[in-house]
Amino acid sequence: MQAVIKKKAIELLESGTVNRVLGWKAGEFFYDLTPAVFTTPEQIEKDFVYSVFSGANMSKYLIDESKKEGKVAAFIKPCDGYSFVQLQKEHRIVRENIYAVGLACDGMCDMREIREAGIKGVTSVEEDGETLKIGTIYGEKTMAKKDALLERCVHCKSKKVVDCDEMIGENGEENRDCGRFDEVEKLEAMSPDERFAFWRSQLSRCIRCNACREVCPACSCVKCVFDNPNSGIAQKAAASDFEENNFHIIRAFHVAGRCTDCGECSRVCPEHIPLHLLNRKFIKDMNELYGFYQAGADFESKPPVMNYTTGDAEPSIVYARGGDK
Amino acid sequence: MKKISKAKIDELFKAISAKETLYIPVDDSEGQAAFIPYAEGLKMSEDLNTVRSAKDLFFPQVESLVNFKMDGKHIEIIDAATEKKPFVIFGVRACDARSFDILDRVFYYAEPKDSFYIERRDKSTVVTLACNAPEETCFCGAFGIDPAEPAGDVSAWQDGESFFFKANTEKGEALLAGLPLEDAADDAADKVKEDIRKITAMLPLKDLDLSKFGPGKTQELFNDPAWATLSESCLGCGTCTFVCPTCQCFDIRDFDGGKEIRRYRCWDSCMYSDFTQMSAGQPRPTQKERFRQRFMHKLVYYPDMHEGLFSCVGCGRCLRKCPIHMNIVKVIKTIGEEK
Amino acid sequence: MQVDKNWTPTIVAFCCNWCSYAGADLSGNNRLSYPANVKIIRIPCSCRLNPMFILRAFQRGADGVILCGCHPGDCHYTTGNYYARRRMTLLFSMLDYLGIEKERTRVEWVSAAEGAKFAATMNEFVEAVTALGENKRLEDFRCKQ
Repeated sequence: MQAVIKKKAIELLESGTVNRVLGWKAGEFFYDLTPAVFTTPEQIEKDFVYSVFSGANMSKYLIDESKKEGKVAAFIKPCDGYSFVQLQKEHRIVRENIYAVGLACDGMCDMREIREAGIKGVTSVEEDGETLKIGTIYGEKTMAKKDALLERCVHCKSKKVVDCDEMIGENGEENRDCGRFDEVEKLEAMSPDERFAFWRSQLSRCIRCNACREVCPACSCVKCVFDNPNSGIAQKAAASDFEENNFHIIRAFHVAGRCTDCGECSRVCPEHIPLHLLNRKFIKDMNELYGFYQAGADFESKPPVMNYTTGDAEPSIVYARGGDK
Repeated sequence: MKKISKAKIDELFKAISAKETLYIPVDDSEGQAAFIPYAEGLKMSEDLNTVRSAKDLFFPQVESLVNFKMDGKHIEIIDAATEKKPFVIFGVRACDARSFDILDRVFYYAEPKDSFYIERRDKSTVVTLACNAPEETCFCGAFGIDPAEPAGDVSAWQDGESFFFKANTEKGEALLAGLPLEDAADDAADKVKEDIRKITAMLPLKDLDLSKFGPGKTQELFNDPAWATLSESCLGCGTCTFVCPTCQCFDIRDFDGGKEIRRYRCWDSCMYSDFTQMSAGQPRPTQKERFRQRFMHKLVYYPDMHEGLFSCVGCGRCLRKCPIHMNIVKVIKTIGEEK
Repeated sequence: MQVDKNWTPTIVAFCCNWCSYAGADLSGNNRLSYPANVKIIRIPCSCRLNPMFILRAFQRGADGVILCGCHPGDCHYTTGNYYARRRMTLLFSMLDYLGIEKERTRVEWVSAAEGAKFAATMNEFVEAVTALGENKRLEDFRCKQ
């Protein structure tokens, strides 16, 4: 896959279709890839990497990149593709300045999962069919790829690239039975006290680094409400339990209907807080109350929170629905 | 040197915590290690290091400074400082132990002195623990730190059966004196140290070249074109600064709770857009300047002021936690390899 | 839960300018009574209610928050309350998901002619929140002294 992508990138540069390429740049190790803009074929030859660690969703970078001079090539995985379309719908990116190459994807790995499986001092990872051959300073290890997948790939909602100029690999299909709401349902079935205890134990670990916000393709406000010093909210300190709850409720609420469930917030959280469970709660509620909706799946539909019908459920439906079991 | 068998470690923890609060690294529900007060039943984490560094215990993320109460035109000022209790931290790694020296120079010795920090430092006893299994992200060696010989009031080593302890300071002696430990030969931990050094010799980042950095390099490095490319993908979150054991910037803010106004300080991050913002605007208008500030501070400005001591300890936390994997090693290599 | 007999809750009622605020006015004109611990905040339309306002009210000492607006279909701005209805449904569901008592939040549609309904709603809501006791889960210790 990497060889094909590199060849395509060089071809696009040399033919003058684009003047730069957005991609993943090799790091110190095989897993620490950094998003970068490549401008010459030599740079691509040397540093461009596409591997099971190319998980970062790059569509947010297109907000700035697409406003620069000339065209930029972007490689879009299916889940990035939803953000890509959603940002177009919000008029945040200039589509004419982007040459989008869709990528078929069969799941990205998470270094954290590998480390948590007790494999330490990792210096190389090779994909060998369904297994990962992992070299460490303490000897060679192996691990099934499915155990090392990012959370979002375990419950992959779609293998379809919604919008691209060409595809590498075969475009796939949506999968609505991916089980991504199972965890949410488990929480809903708990008593309110248990849920409160669960979320306190999770959110109290928040260090307010704002990585979840900065990485989120839906969080594209030029200035966030939490950055307004006059708002009375401390954006960089978990000064009280309330501040933690407030930040995470509002963060999830503000992207409700626009969140494509790309899972970047949970991937980047240094404290491993399952933030996607907040976003998925909103998605699940909207699906149940207002009909199935996937943000970024098309160019026409209106997000449920920017829409209504006269026969919508009353808020009192919340008292009747689950939660007290 | 003293020792205790691993089977009896709980007894040791109980003996310490009977006298003072004892912090040990413990895994939370998501497997993330953090220093928390010991209570019966808690198991020490197997992880090499905690997610947040040990600096939290001396320089917490949020700390109340003073409270105000308003009554008409009268303002009552209430000192929010509470008396700190003596405590022991167990299991600090060599890198974090060095970070205390770096923070001490800012908060303990330099004027104005930070009374909150000083009180905590004076009332704490640090028990360090050698790293039996350093990882690929470790590069403490580049800063002259030996993970086999950690500093602190007491140094500790572990092998398959036992923990070994050696007191380095009077505070350390006092701590060990009252504990149920057996005597051990002075060279009892030598085998462990040797094993550790064999591993550190294999670490991929052991030869990190810092010769381009240090005191007096500001003019040379400040306008380096590489800052623009390095910072290009930086998201501007504060993860690296908040997990860093040596980041020391803070902000002071007021919170008006209606009944009382609380003045508190909290960690700040040079990666944030409002860092050191003034009425005249932001002195570092784009992410490039903010990004440069972080690394220049660690590798040039701090050494300038502190006899060449770098304010990075090579713990590798930013290598693991940065959402886009940009980190100090990439900066050192990119800028260091040029020309 | 142990409830102090003398304790009364603080209730914040966000009322839309066109219907519910006038409804509250009418209940006063009609000499109907509702507890004095209901603090009314007038907003131009029920859809002006930013979810942060509700959280902020809880932070600063409210034990219950109620939103009153025009009946669906009667919005002065035609559709505002339809949007508010969706938002509040989602927000309340999220609060419940976080384990915060869902009975502390409520939406009622009260027209300008429904002074009696306004008073009855407030009486009932105050009673429900009194039974729940103090708001502990969304309080901010810094606002409590």
